[in-house]
Amino acid sequence: MPNSGCAEKDQGFQMKSLFTGQQLQITIERLAHQLLEKHNDFSGSVLIGMQPRGIHLSNRIYGKLAELLPGIQIPYGKLDITFYRDDFNTSSEALPEARETSINFSLENKKVILIDDVLYTGRTIRAGLDALLDFGRPESVELLVLINRRFSRELPIQPDYIGMTVDAVDAQRVKVLWKELDKKDEVIMI
Amino acid sequence: MSLSVKHLLGIKDLTAGDIDLILRTADNFKDVLQRPIKKVPTLRDTTIVNLFYENSTRTRISFELAEKRLSADTINFTASGSSVSKGETLIDTVNNILSMKVDMVVMRHSASGAPHFLSKYINASIVNAGDGINEHPTQALLDAYSIREKLGSLKGKKIAIFGDIMHSRVALSNIYLLTKMDAEVIVCGPPTLIPKHIERLGVKVSYDVKKTLAWCDVANVLRIQLERQNKPLFSTLREYSLYYGINKQMLDSLNKEVVIMHPGPINRGVELSSDAADSKNSVILDQVQNGVAVRMAVLYLLAGKKDEMPA
Repeated sequence: MPNSGCAEKDQGFQMKSLFTGQQLQITIERLAHQLLEKHNDFSGSVLIGMQPRGIHLSNRIYGKLAELLPGIQIPYGKLDITFYRDDFNTSSEALPEARETSINFSLENKKVILIDDVLYTGRTIRAGLDALLDFGRPESVELLVLINRRFSRELPIQPDYIGMTVDAVDAQRVKVLWKELDKKDEVIMI
Repeated sequence: MSLSVKHLLGIKDLTAGDIDLILRTADNFKDVLQRPIKKVPTLRDTTIVNLFYENSTRTRISFELAEKRLSADTINFTASGSSVSKGETLIDTVNNILSMKVDMVVMRHSASGAPHFLSKYINASIVNAGDGINEHPTQALLDAYSIREKLGSLKGKKIAIFGDIMHSRVALSNIYLLTKMDAEVIVCGPPTLIPKHIERLGVKVSYDVKKTLAWCDVANVLRIQLERQNKPLFSTLREYSLYYGINKQMLDSLNKEVVIMHPGPINRGVELSSDAADSKNSVILDQVQNGVAVRMAVLYLLAGKKDEMPA
């Protein structure tokens, strides 16, 4: 799973900017409209952001939908999958720290829209599905990602809503920077 | 983020950073325990043996629940009714169990230092669930968690530990932890139950229960350990409760709220009266609930420890 890389040259690849702040804004608006097209007034639909980095995207999408649907409260939760990872004992990296999971509503018979920033191997989403199903039986689960790294999947998991598709070599990392954290909105490949 | 130790043998070996990590991780597990499905699959490839050479209800059940909530497989071993009565040694017993692919050992033993001894001979991670009159680290951790839950933090808080300090591993672990986390500690009880030179651990000593109650934010009341005393250290239980017991009247006469804690089991009417134990200031049942979350955190952090940490 991609982890937070740093902006230095990696094996001779240069850092490349894929999305600027303005393009990011437009893409997020387009994704929000796509959601609206499918889910109408969101009765029976819920948004769940994946910790730690999907949250920034899901916050923006939630905010945009609130603008487009004034007066409608869409149930919005956050999901941390640290305890559902499949590499708990085997990964050579240190244990990641778990963040907050807050799903204060039932998922029973709801249409869940799972939101993450980058879809790479698919293992995070696999863990997310396991975690979700421990909260109840949703009617359906759809996946929304900002970046789809198309050919690097290790599990049969595909997104339903895509911001941008990126074909990158394994050694490269795709990182999303957010104004709230990194002072600017940008998607970079390093 | 990971622990600096491979086993949890005592608070003495932990850094303040370790303690903080365990308490923060316990927050996440307490959250899991509130969900409809109170389980996570994290330790489903781990088998843990609860090796209890000494009686226990609370601690054993708490560890067993923590293990099951992490989806680990658990085996319970009690010395009575096992080959220990045929004279099998500690190392033999444990190595036999470990050769059946058991990954972790949670151990309670009446000899101080038993888990430390064992850690030199086996590869598996060991969690000390109480060794003689030495330490009971998970109890101190859940006590700290409960104080933090009620008062926000440990730094600068005034904690008084009442009772049989001399024979109490709970007292010792609490003293190590609270001093490491910059809390102020006073131990209070009859002079016969307070070890000489305990001030060297960074605590003050008092023989006056009322004064100490007026000083402290938290009163951690310990049980009189009759089974560990081989000579009479006070005249009668009744006299102990008259001079050193804590009751609701004493608490009401103070101008402030004191948090009441007890590791259990309570000798009602001796060290703590029923009305104090069941009062709204008492977090005794919260301690028990927090115990499962804290033990889940300890098992999770130890099981996830890699052999070679990246630099």
